[in-house]
Amino acid sequence: MLAFLARRILIAIPTVILISIFVFGLQHLLPGDPILVMAGEERDPEVIAALREKYRFNDPIPVQYLAWAGNALQGDLGISLRTQQPVLELIGEKLPVTIQLAVMALIIAILIGIPAGVLSAYKKGTWIDWVANIVALSGLSVPNFWLGIMLILLVSVKLGWLPASGYMPLTEDPLQSIRTMLMPAFVLGTAIAATLMRHTRSAMLSVLKSDYVRTARAKGLKERVVLIKHALRNALVPVVTVITLLFGELLAGAVLTEQIFTIPGFGKLVVDAVFNRDYAVVQGIVLCTGIAFIFMNILADAAYRILNPRMSDR
Amino acid sequence: MRIMKTLGLAAVLAATSGLVHAQDLRIGLQEDPDVLDPDQSRTFVGRIVYASLCDKLVDITPELEIVPMLATGWEWNEDGTELTMTLREGVTFHDGEPFNAEAVVANIDRSQNFELSRRKSEVKSIESVEAVDDLTVKFTLSAPDATLLAQFADRSGMMLSPKATAEAGEEFGLNPVCAGPFTFKERIQQDRIVLEKFTDYYRADEINFDTVTFLPIPDTTVRLANLRAGDLDMLERLAATDLGSAEADDGLTVEKATSLGYQAMTINVGNGPRAENPLGENAAVRQALSLSIDRAALNQVVFEGAFAPGNQPFAPTSPWYNAEFPVPERDVEAAKALLAEAGFADGVTIEVQVANNPVQTQVMQVIQSMAGEAGITIELAAKEFATLLADQSAGDYTASQVGWSGRVDPDGNIHQFMTTGGGINDSKYSDPDMDKFLNEARLSTDPAVRKESYDAAIAKQQEDMPIVYLYHPVWIWVLDNDIDGFTPYPDGMIRLHGVSKTE
Repeated sequence: MLAFLARRILIAIPTVILISIFVFGLQHLLPGDPILVMAGEERDPEVIAALREKYRFNDPIPVQYLAWAGNALQGDLGISLRTQQPVLELIGEKLPVTIQLAVMALIIAILIGIPAGVLSAYKKGTWIDWVANIVALSGLSVPNFWLGIMLILLVSVKLGWLPASGYMPLTEDPLQSIRTMLMPAFVLGTAIAATLMRHTRSAMLSVLKSDYVRTARAKGLKERVVLIKHALRNALVPVVTVITLLFGELLAGAVLTEQIFTIPGFGKLVVDAVFNRDYAVVQGIVLCTGIAFIFMNILADAAYRILNPRMSDR
Repeated sequence: MRIMKTLGLAAVLAATSGLVHAQDLRIGLQEDPDVLDPDQSRTFVGRIVYASLCDKLVDITPELEIVPMLATGWEWNEDGTELTMTLREGVTFHDGEPFNAEAVVANIDRSQNFELSRRKSEVKSIESVEAVDDLTVKFTLSAPDATLLAQFADRSGMMLSPKATAEAGEEFGLNPVCAGPFTFKERIQQDRIVLEKFTDYYRADEINFDTVTFLPIPDTTVRLANLRAGDLDMLERLAATDLGSAEADDGLTVEKATSLGYQAMTINVGNGPRAENPLGENAAVRQALSLSIDRAALNQVVFEGAFAPGNQPFAPTSPWYNAEFPVPERDVEAAKALLAEAGFADGVTIEVQVANNPVQTQVMQVIQSMAGEAGITIELAAKEFATLLADQSAGDYTASQVGWSGRVDPDGNIHQFMTTGGGINDSKYSDPDMDKFLNEARLSTDPAVRKESYDAAIAKQQEDMPIVYLYHPVWIWVLDNDIDGFTPYPDGMIRLHGVSKTE
């Protein structure tokens, strides 16, 4: 297992470098001039010239990249052009927020998606299957921003059960933190639950038809044991793959969800940074997201090996 | 037993009176401010935060008169090249440093010379500044500048602790130290900015909150929902489309003020080869475009009638508005006649770039259909704002739908846009008469003399129309009913002096 992890991490390094070059280039291909945005409404030529010099915008792009990469290697990702806060500090501030949102959404998605998938596969063709499918499909089709605003109007404005938006760090007030995060996590989770349910259902269907399940039943095992211990465990392998892939969707969905619920997370940070052409922030975020994505994939590969020991190293 | 009861009651009273005093005011903002350094910042919302954080040399009244703030009085010399200000006694910065003439000198120096200062053009006319005595400061100008006092009523006049600026340098914005009613406590980007009451504030008796929390909530519907749910005490910039619903709510109070800014179409009349088209080369075509627009209908359709239609850089309610040129009625026939006269009887086709947000796009779509009826076919190019700005500045556009947030002094709303070589003259419009009128308007401190110059400039603008003005936004604040004492100002700021909350 350790050798496997080490190998995978080594392979990941060039990927990260490629991502950073790609994004750096891509950002500079974007139309629009960050200095014009930063100079303010007056766009004083003197100010523009001073800013260009200060932030090295007069250097050729490869030189700018090398300067950035050199600093990044020393753990300095630069400062936000907009607020002058160090990028690393910003990421450290926002990452836990989005991780909390993503984890809560994922838990909600798993709690809804997997049981619903198992149930609808087991009761295939009955009304239970149909209801589960309809619920899943609507979860997938309802846009996040609509569901978000409707939930705010119902749960916060009408009923007054949960705060309408905002954020409370988990460390400061855990209960309030979970309360503020509940609605956004639900909105984000429902969309993912639908995908998860569909995948669980099809995986379960094929597993339930297999010989070893028939054998297990023939041995006279209880149906619950057959379902959970024998069928679900095997059906989960493709579902884990889906969960890892959904991680990307989760981050993308977080962009919108964070915007609606005004959660100061990664998604909001990146959207604002792109619109303000805050290069250093975008670059820093992409780097971190890239690393996180690769890390999630490595984790998934490790999870396969735990779920299905036959996949281990020869 | 009775003693126990009395004691209990006293304890309850003490506890509740404690609650009444520990008050927090929560304000919903439309955006997250940029860096909180008045010399560096550039956003409108940033200025809303400064209104509670950094006092200025002078302030304005809702009627735009300049009134004392940190400066208690001022005097101009005969030819308007020297301004002598008397400063308020006994004022300290949040870090305990004294506010005095030396501090003013240091602040002006920073606005002028700090590498990252965005204020350079605002204080350019100051040649030197000198501390006459502890509480008197004298500004010597290179030329008369009637706009200077208005600059001191905004970011250029905000006084920062010289000790803090010297120590923090570029990073001052991470922990700003000023002389306003509240001190900076903490900021979590995109989440909140928290300020705490400054107990040594010279007008502390007018401040009724222990803390004020600014929460950026970009979605206007969500912002209103937060106010209704009791998570906010007030919000700024309600969308006009939500006005009806807010006004119908018994628990909320709506306050309005016509802004100093405007929205308009800037026409490329001389900014590179893309000015070479009927619209750019022909004032009559621009006049026809203006005449084809029903500004009142535009206001009704897009803003539910809440905004103020306009045709000049100054709103019709402004003392600087030239009443000889009222907002024109739509006249399709006259527009067609103007086009025919200019040799475009078959109509013209123009491209207008617009920021890709729903409201501005809708504005342009309404204009598109109105202009179409007069024979002006508009093709819309929706661009993300940073791109739009870069293209406009580079002259890569025919017409551009943009706006201006507005300044207290009339000069700030027209000079840089219309004078030859003006910093934001993206039309690259140039006319010797216009230059003369606008430059002259800067020289006199007598409003009557200035008004004459601006009237002449507006007459010229109506003829040449390098910018076709459309409307003036109206600031809409919504407050919970238990907030008292709020005064709407045309600069859109939230001043907390005298504002209180009843429990």
